[in-house]
Formats: sequence, C-alpha cells, structure tokens
Amino acid sequence: MREVFFYFFAALAVLSGLLVITRRNPLTAALYLVLAFFALAGVYVLMDAFFLAAVQVAVYAGAIMVLFLFVIMLLNLGPDDLPPIMTRRVRWLYAAASAALVLLFLGLDLGRRLPAPTPGAAGEVGAIAARLFGDYLLPFEITAVLLLVAIVGSVALAHRE
Amino acid sequence: MINLDHALIVSFLLFGTGIAGVLLRRNAIVVFMSIELMLNAVNLALVTFSRLRGDLDAQVLCFFVMAVAAAEAAIGLGLVIALFRRHASIDLDRATLLRS
Amino acid sequence: MDFQPFPLILLFPLLGVLANALLGRRLSLRASGGLASLMVFFSFLAAGHGFLTLRDLEPAPGQAPRLVITLWEWIASGDLRVDFSLLLDPLSSAMALIVTGVGFLIHVYSIGYMAHDRDYPRFFAYLNLFMLAMLLLVLGDNFLVLFVGWEGVGLCSYLLIGFWYDRMFTATMSTAQAGQKAFGVNRIGDFGFLIALFLIFTHFHSLRFDTVFAAALHHPASAAVMTAIGLLLLVGAAGKSAQIPLFVWLPDAMAGPTPVSALIHAATMVTAGVYMVARSHVLYALAPVALAAVAWIGALTALLAATIATQQNDIKKVLAYSTVSQLGTMFLGLGSAAFGAGIFHVLTHAFFKALLFLGAGSVIHALHEEQDIRKMGGLRRQLPITFATFLVATLAIAGFPGLSGFFSKDEILAAAFQAQPLLWGMGVLTAGLTSYYMFRLLFLTFFGASRLAPEKAAHLHESPRVMTLPLVALALLSIAGGWLGLPPVLGSHWLGGFLGPVFADLHHLEGGAHGGHLGHATEWMLMGVSTLVALGGFAVAWLRFLKPAALGDLFATPASAWQRLLADKYRIDELYDALVVRPLGRLAGFLWRWIDELLIDGLVNFSGLAVRVGGEVLRLLQTGYVQTYAFFMVLGVIVLLLRLLA
Repeated sequence: MREVFFYFFAALAVLSGLLVITRRNPLTAALYLVLAFFALAGVYVLMDAFFLAAVQVAVYAGAIMVLFLFVIMLLNLGPDDLPPIMTRRVRWLYAAASAALVLLFLGLDLGRRLPAPTPGAAGEVGAIAARLFGDYLLPFEITAVLLLVAIVGSVALAHRE
Repeated sequence: MINLDHALIVSFLLFGTGIAGVLLRRNAIVVFMSIELMLNAVNLALVTFSRLRGDLDAQVLCFFVMAVAAAEAAIGLGLVIALFRRHASIDLDRATLLRS
Repeated sequence: MDFQPFPLILLFPLLGVLANALLGRRLSLRASGGLASLMVFFSFLAAGHGFLTLRDLEPAPGQAPRLVITLWEWIASGDLRVDFSLLLDPLSSAMALIVTGVGFLIHVYSIGYMAHDRDYPRFFAYLNLFMLAMLLLVLGDNFLVLFVGWEGVGLCSYLLIGFWYDRMFTATMSTAQAGQKAFGVNRIGDFGFLIALFLIFTHFHSLRFDTVFAAALHHPASAAVMTAIGLLLLVGAAGKSAQIPLFVWLPDAMAGPTPVSALIHAATMVTAGVYMVARSHVLYALAPVALAAVAWIGALTALLAATIATQQNDIKKVLAYSTVSQLGTMFLGLGSAAFGAGIFHVLTHAFFKALLFLGAGSVIHALHEEQDIRKMGGLRRQLPITFATFLVATLAIAGFPGLSGFFSKDEILAAAFQAQPLLWGMGVLTAGLTSYYMFRLLFLTFFGASRLAPEKAAHLHESPRVMTLPLVALALLSIAGGWLGLPPVLGSHWLGGFLGPVFADLHHLEGGAHGGHLGHATEWMLMGVSTLVALGGFAVAWLRFLKPAALGDLFATPASAWQRLLADKYRIDELYDALVVRPLGRLAGFLWRWIDELLIDGLVNFSGLAVRVGGEVLRLLQTGYVQTYAFFMVLGVIVLLLRLLA
C-alpha cells in the first residue's frame, strides 16, 4: 500500500514542480509550489519522518509561501509581459537531461551500495528532540541567531530611504 | 516497502526542475520559488538517507535546512522589493550592474 | 704581513675622480686641476716608495725582487681562481714611476691648457680615471687585472678623445666619431687578447703571471698553441699600441685636447702593448715565430708611419705618426728579444714625446687653435721656452748622440742587428726619416719668416709658467734620461741591471736575452751609422725648409702622386672603410630593421596583443546577468559530481 501512495505523492510533487516553473502568472506558480510542498509532506509521512512532515507544512507551506504570496500581492504582480523561455526546444532539452540523469543514476548503481533499509528509528517528535537538543544543541542555537540576522537584514533591505 | 532508489530519483528530478527554473525564468519571484524547490529536493534526499541509515541525524539536518531556507526567503524577498523599487519591475534581465 | 702602503697608489686617483666628478662644479679651475695633480703626485710618491721597497728586498741571486699584495679574493669559480692582486717588481715599478711621473707633469700643464674650457672638472675626472686604469694595468699580478686596466684605459681614451663632443674634427668626422673609431679598433685588438687569455687558461689553468710562466717553462703546450697565444696577444697589443694593421685610430685620436694626446697617446696608454709583451716574455720566448712576428710588425709599422709623417701638415698629425713609428721601434726591440731595451725606449719616448706634444700644445694655445704648420713660422722669437724645449725633444727623438733617444734607440738597433740585419736596416732607414720629418716640423714651425695670419700674430705670447715649467722638466729628463742606460762601451747600464732579473728566466732557454754581446768595434760602428743617419735627415730638412726662397715654391708646387699617396696615409682608412666598416654598417642596419624591429619588437607587441585580445574574450563572460553566473555554477557542480562519483 505504501508504494502506491508513495508513487502518487511523488508524481504529484514532480508534476507540481514542473508547473511551478512553467506558469506565467507568479501567483499561480506559488500555489502550485504549495501543492508540491504538501505532496512532499506526504512522502515524508510515508517514510516515517512525522515531525519533519509537520514542520514542512507549518513552515514551508504555512510561513514561507505565505510570505511569497504576500510580496506578490504587495507588488501587485500580474502575469509576465513576456512569455517564459519555455520553448519547445528547451522542453525537449529538459526531458533529455532528466532522462540522462535518471539513467546515470541507475547506471551508477548508487542504490545497490546503500545497505538495506532498516525499519529502525521513526522520526517521532521525542526522538528528534533528543537528537536536536543533545548533539546538535549548538547548531540549534546558532540557527536562532541566524534567524535574527535574517530579520534585521530584511528590514534593512526593505527599508525606505 | 518503498524503493528508496526511486525516492532518490524523485529528488533528482525535483532538483533538476528547480535548476531549470533558476536558469530559465526572468521573474525574480519565480526564481526564488525554484530555489525553494531545490532545497526541498535536498530535504527529500536527506530523509531518504536517514531512512537508509536508520538514524535521525539526517532529519535533524533537514530541520536546519528548513530554518535556513526560511531566513533566506526573507532576505530574498527583501531584495525583490528593493529591486522592484529601483526598476519598477522584477525582471532579472534589468539587474545588470555587474556587467563589465 | 705588515701594512704595505703601496696599494695607496690606486687610492689617490680614485679619490681624485670622485672629488672632481661629484664636487667639480663647485671647484675653481685651479682647485680642480690642482687636486687632480696632487693626487697623481701622491701616487708618484707611492710609486717611489714601492721602488725603494724593492731595493730593500733581498731575492735569491739572479731572481728579481718581487712583492705580491693581494687586495681581495675576486673570482673563485671551479678551476678559475683570480685575486685582485698587485705585483711589485722592477718592471711594474718602472712603469708605475713613468706613468705617475710624466702623468703628474701633464696634469699640471693641463691646468694652464684647459683654463678657458668650462668643462674642466670633467676633464680632470677623466684624467684621474685614466691614471687609475693605467696603474691597474701595469700593476696587476694576473692577466685579468691587467685586462681590467686595459679596458679601462680604452674607455678613458674614448672619453677623452671625444671630450669636445660637440665639435667637428675634420670636415667629415666629428670628435665623437674619432672617439668611436679609437674604441672600435681597440675592441678588435681586445678580441684577440681575449682569445689568447682563453687559450692560456685552458692550457695552464691559471691567469696569474707566476703560475702561467712557471707552467709554460716546465710543461709547455704544443708549439702551435704557444705560437697562437703569442700571435693573439700581439693582436691585442697591436690594437692598443697602434701597430699594423690596427694603427688607424691614433692619428684621428688627435681630435682630443693636446694634453690627452701627450699623456695617453704618447707616453702611457699606447705603451700598454709594449708592457704586456714584455711581461709575457716567457711565452714569447717559447714561440719564436710569434716573437719574429712582433719584430717584423714593429719594423714595418715604424717605416710605414715614418713615411707618412713626412707629408703631414698638421703639427699633431706629424707627432701622431711619429708615435706610431716609435712604438714600432719598441716592438722591434721586443721582437729582437731585447725586452729591457724596449722598456728603455718606453721611458725615453715618454719624456721626449710628451714634451713634443705639450710643446705643440703650447704653440696651438698661443696661436688660438691653429695647427697647420704651413701657416706658422718664426715662432722661436715669441715663444722662446717652447722653442728651446721643443728643440731638445727633436734632438732626442732624432737620436742625436748624448741625448736619451740616442741610447735607447741604439740599444734596440744593436739587438735588431744581432737578430736579423734586414730588420736593422729598416730601423736605420726609419731613424733617418724620423730625423728628417722632425726637423722639417721644427723648421717650418719655429724658423723662417712668419706665415701667420695677421690676427693671430698680434696676440702671440709665451705660455704661462704652469705650462712652461713641465716643459722644462721634461726637457731635462729628455737629456738625462738616457744616462740610465749607457751601452757597455761607454759605461754602466743601470736600467738594464735593474730590469735584467725580470727577464732572467729566459737564460736557461737560450743563453741570454739577446744572444752574446757585440764586440766593441761593432758597437762603435752601429753608433756611428745611427749618428750619420740622424745628421743626414737633419741636413736634408735644412736644405729644403730653411732656405726662405725655396719655401714659397714648395707650398705652391702641386704635390706629386707619391706625395699625395703619403699625405693620404696610403688610403688605408678608405680601404678599411670599404672592406670592413661599410659591410658592418649594412649588417647592423639589416639586424636593426628586420631582426630587431620586426621580429623582436613584433614578438613583444604580439604578446601584449594576445593578452589584450584574451582579456576582451574573457570579458564576454561578465554579462551582468545573474542567471549566466548561476549557469556556470551549475556546470561546475556537475563537473565536480562526475569527478567525485566516477
């Protein structure tokens, strides 16, 4: 059962991604990106990364994308005057590159070198928290500082003279 | 069980899509969204590896990636606004001050 | 070893050069010239001290007293070890005394001669520099130090000949060109010298005189090599001492101020070749062919130059060719294995030739730059001291008995007679011609009715004391100098005794420096012939040039073909010009236009162009579009990935 859901969500994510980059209207593109994030959250759940899935929805779809939409609407951006450079040639190029990448990947046999998946640790909140506030406490705190810097920076950038 | 190879392939595809968007779109917002797409592709790969290895270190890294992505999005959108103020448009082809 | 003051001899001229070069502008003429002269005087004292030191040394019997003073270790590279060392022995001591003594007198004279020249500091700086180089040349204890001095005097010669660099010498030659000619011809000689040095080093593994000569005596190289060395050294000597075929620069060197002609081109620099051959006597003794070449070249040059001198009308040109001729005589002496006699003639020639040039300078000075003897005459009344001293010098050079020139020339002729009578004959002929042209010069300049231009006659007066005192001093030396070397029939030969031990190492090669001794009767006969010839030249000159009536016609009659040829110096300069100078000029032009401008400049310009074009191409990468940069980053990442994973 899992596989079915996995392929569904995976396809949804890939397709949404493609649609993001091909839409003329940035608003449309943003919405498709949200869809992609949800699909990915689904994939995370299927992989037992529960905490991460929740954070994905909350932070990515819930905060970052909201910020994007806010800016789009602030600047009152309509569809691009000029069409995106998604000519037929580029599409075929993209398709070919993707196929090549996949084949390369399969050919490189990466998967075979990895050990068999262990149905081990599930990504539950408690487990994550133990790691996060244990070994990775310092990066955690520094990330907080990073966010502070980002706040100051964005205020400085967007500040009217 | 999920074939984790295929998950990695999905990650590759998403990443490639993101690159295509970064290189080919002129709209600054769409470029940023493509970057977010790329970051998510990386996250997917990390989760896959976490599953493979059986421990959670990769997921913790994912968490940090998300935090950084948030910070970067904030700054980036600030840049977009500044760009808009200057050119009244967010067409990246207009931002050519680095030209020699 | 305790302190030897002798090397100070080099320090004084060096100080003089620095003082005049750096401070000369602020010094008055007397200060500048006086300082330079004083430095040379101190060097003369140092040379004298060196001479006395030699007397105190007690060498092994038959060996010459010698002292080597090493100033510093200069080259130590593989086999080649050369120190900057000075050698004090009778030969170098004698040369040093001549150079500094006569040099001092000429420096003093120059104070008067250059009184009206604004550039006197430069002049005295160059003169002192010359003294330094010449002393290095004669005092070095190895061929390399000698060569340093050799090059140095060549440089100073160039600088001083072209001293008045903005003047024309003749209608077709500027003074600068005269200087270049001297330097260029010298260079040809130096080339031969250098090859000889290379051969010496290759075969004897050293350049020190002691080492080389000892090695040559005990382990000589093949006859071919020794002859080659001897001939190549002769080439070098011919360049410096103006022998055939490299004498053409000396007459044109008269473009320089007269004191320069006196010092460099009469008394000292041109004798460097003679000194060098005398110093290398061991090498020459082992190469009889080369030694014979020395004698023949010397005799031929002496004769050739004497013939040319008979037709010259410029007072300095006559003296220049006379110098070439006398140098030839010195070489004749050396080539007849009478090395001491050659040096003796260097000594006496320094006295009377310097005197002749300085006297000529006095005349030129009094006549405000007139040098054509056809426009002189009767000067003995207004220039008594100049005339008297000039007369003494003329008698000396002509070889009148009792004066210095007689003894030194006679000794050479005696040696030549023993070596090869034909050479002696050429020498005697030369002596006769010498007497003739010198008295011609004397009579036309100082006797007879005045042929001066009126404006010159008006201001005629004797030269100041600072110029006439050196003339008197040199005149006394020209008289007394010969008494240092009386032939056996007349007395003792002090100079021969002094220099003898230096050349003594030849004794075990061929029974004495010049064979046996002549019988007394032969000696008297030779002396008699010399005297006769001298008187004969005097008589012919008297008849032709002292009779007033003959003179007018003499200058009016057009010159015969033979006379024109002589006046044109056998057209040798023109020959060299066509054979050597012009082809070289064409070659240089070719090299300049094609190789230098096109090829080398082209290469350099091309590299500049390449950089510029490359830059323009690379510039295209800086599009200013962020996405272009992002594209290259992606490319880079892909390459890295492939590299890492594959």
